[in-house]
Amino acid sequence: MDKDIAKELQERVTAACHAETPLEIIGGGSKAFLGRESQGEALQIGEHRGIVSYQPTELVITARAGTPMHDIEAVLADHRQMLPFEPPHFGAAATLGGTIACGLSGPRRPYTGAARDYVLGMTVINGSGDILRFGGQVMKNVAGFDVSRLMVGAMGTLGVQLEISLKVLPRPAQEVTLIQERTAAEALVVMNHWAGQALPLSATCYDGDHLYVRLSGAQSAVESARRRVGGDVLKTSGAFWEGIREHHHGFFAAAAPLWRLALPPATAPLSLPGKQLIEWGGAQRWLSAEMDGLKLRRQVMEAGGHAGLFRGGERDKDRFHPLPQIVSDLNRRIKHAFDPKGILNPGRMYART
Amino acid sequence: MMAEDRASLLEALLTLLPLDAVLCEEEEIRPYECDGLSAYRQTPMVVVLPSSVDQVRAVMRLCHALKVPVVARGAGTGLSGGALPLAGGVLLSLAKLKSILSVDPRNRSARVQPGVRNLAISEAAAPFGLYYAPDPSSQIACSIGGNVAENAGGVHCLKYGLTVHNILKLGVVTVEGDYITVGGDALDSPGYDLLALFTGSEGLLGVIVEVTVKLLPIPERAQVILAAFDDVMKAATAVGEVIAAGIIPAGLEMMDRLAIQAAEAFVHAGYPVDAEAILLCEIDGTNEEVSEHIMAVRRILQACGAGEVRTAKDDQERARLWKGRKAAFPAVGRMAPDYYCMDGTIPRQRLPEVLRRIAEWSQEYGLPVANVFHAGDGNLHPLILYDANNPGELQRTEELGGKILELCVAVGGTITGEHGVGVEKIGQMCVQFAPKELTQFHAVKHAFDPHGLLNPGKAVPTLHRCAEFGAMHVHEGKLPFPELDRF
Repeated sequence: MDKDIAKELQERVTAACHAETPLEIIGGGSKAFLGRESQGEALQIGEHRGIVSYQPTELVITARAGTPMHDIEAVLADHRQMLPFEPPHFGAAATLGGTIACGLSGPRRPYTGAARDYVLGMTVINGSGDILRFGGQVMKNVAGFDVSRLMVGAMGTLGVQLEISLKVLPRPAQEVTLIQERTAAEALVVMNHWAGQALPLSATCYDGDHLYVRLSGAQSAVESARRRVGGDVLKTSGAFWEGIREHHHGFFAAAAPLWRLALPPATAPLSLPGKQLIEWGGAQRWLSAEMDGLKLRRQVMEAGGHAGLFRGGERDKDRFHPLPQIVSDLNRRIKHAFDPKGILNPGRMYART
Repeated sequence: MMAEDRASLLEALLTLLPLDAVLCEEEEIRPYECDGLSAYRQTPMVVVLPSSVDQVRAVMRLCHALKVPVVARGAGTGLSGGALPLAGGVLLSLAKLKSILSVDPRNRSARVQPGVRNLAISEAAAPFGLYYAPDPSSQIACSIGGNVAENAGGVHCLKYGLTVHNILKLGVVTVEGDYITVGGDALDSPGYDLLALFTGSEGLLGVIVEVTVKLLPIPERAQVILAAFDDVMKAATAVGEVIAAGIIPAGLEMMDRLAIQAAEAFVHAGYPVDAEAILLCEIDGTNEEVSEHIMAVRRILQACGAGEVRTAKDDQERARLWKGRKAAFPAVGRMAPDYYCMDGTIPRQRLPEVLRRIAEWSQEYGLPVANVFHAGDGNLHPLILYDANNPGELQRTEELGGKILELCVAVGGTITGEHGVGVEKIGQMCVQFAPKELTQFHAVKHAFDPHGLLNPGKAVPTLHRCAEFGAMHVHEGKLPFPELDRF
């Protein structure tokens, strides 16, 4: 049921600011496992829901933060459009606000862009209880600092989202997934070679034995690319990529902690204990392993990347990759600029923010 | 600043930089008095031209210690006065930092210094079949550091995004003179998205000294269609229909009658001069995709009432059609002694009423307005023709320009799509943002630059300034255009 509870949420934040009571912002609760342990009084935004405006020919949708992702994607699908960053839900209760706060993107990310790339504007409540609007509903807008994009991936530590405007794109007319048997080294080379060619790539994944390549676009383009790339056609393309996106794929069933490694895409295979699944043309690699975090992070940093603990392991330690001191100080000052009393999801991202 | 302070600053700068990298004589600093918006001019106290990141750091450390404000400048092609110097400040030119440090074809990125020209990146990447997508009209001259500071756009934004979508990593010197890396060589980085925050921050948060850009494969083929319409509204409808068909053109540009005539007279692009509007639609991608979409777009344009639909026969004709568009500003500039370029963005569906009002005001003010429109993404560039030698004409032009921008906000758009706020649109910021939002911007600025030394007075107005601006513009407490829906 569509409902606007912005005023109530604002009153809660204002009261919490005065009392200096930490708040834990909760949408659908589907991504509660991400980041450090949450603390504070629950601030439920799930009721603040509904699509506020959607003009398919403007390629823009605006919805309240508590709107379920399923609702948004269903409306877009009715008009043969989509969220280009193919966000993971990690549960049926996933909301738009939670998705944007976590800044997660799915298989299409390296080829069409990330969640932050499609955020056009946002209304938020800052830590002082002010309702503020940044950005807008148009594609090009350089007035003021880009606060809307700053909110993406900030895990709710800078503001409580109320409304989000996103750019959307038409669904590709045609999609096909090809499979090839490859070694990891070969897979990384060919994925990056293809990405440098005019090919309609929309997803890539290497599971340890096989390379999966999804092509999307005009029918004729997909047909010709299929011949150039080669390989067998995967019949269950939709289910396969959903499994990768939602972590239902067998790889993610392992009991060991799950690390997310972000790397320059062409980085050669990293020799690490445990199992790896490579996505995003090599730029996102999942590692399932019991491993010393410090050692892992050093190895990933040497390759020009960073490592975060995604699932499993201890919740009260750093989950995301530690920041250099000066950058960490800047992060803390930015947090203070939005939330001087430190009441919004404190410690969820890093101990100091 | 007192004369002795100035002398000690110059003396200290000369211990950090070679003699020829510190300019303070009138004739030396005169070229730096304005950027591409020449209506605003001010010579700085001193111009410095560091040739290394260490020199930039040393200059910042010194200015921070002495509390001297610093304005960073790239190629000086900006159109909003973002690089306008301060009389009591240092003008920090990044022009000597102009090396392409590396091109990485496997990871499809290039690491460059801020003074590298936009087009030079694509030229360096071309041997690898790659290019840098954002292409502002000034791409021959403008530098990448300035592109990042302004979040520059271009004619291909609808499909390929703005600068913020096409960079991976920045090297930034902070106001204290520290060096930090923002973003990274992976597709994301830990912590807050400072890469997004720095992009378009107009030099208020730090000095950009290195940029790693994302490179894309050069499309296999690009093809342009020109469509002529006897009515601007038909052209506007056609834009929506193309997008509704599920096609995202690489570029989708509209020009009105005055702009068409100016461009045709200037570069002989082959435009139909009797049309009320033309659309230029570029489709790129694989060979097959382009053929398929060109057919579809032709049908849509014809169905929307285009009188003439012409597909460029070859690359020469394609280049000629684009040349008319890219030269539109100087072309219009030939029609009057001066012109003033606006940069609002509007939701595309509001175009008819916005153009109608601009035409009415143009009549009312007696100032011709040509319209050039990035139709795909709603970014409108009305060009107001005037003569600064006529007393009061510049003031009336600025007044008309201000009204147009306020109209853009009233229909749900913004005062600047790609040129930035600078000094030019600082008053209109008070129309677009409420005091609490401006206060939040100041808090962000304070987090990076507590003493307000980096490009002070630009991009974000003080509340005091807004109060003065509001007193001039809001009559009897009413917002402009009360009859319009507000978003």
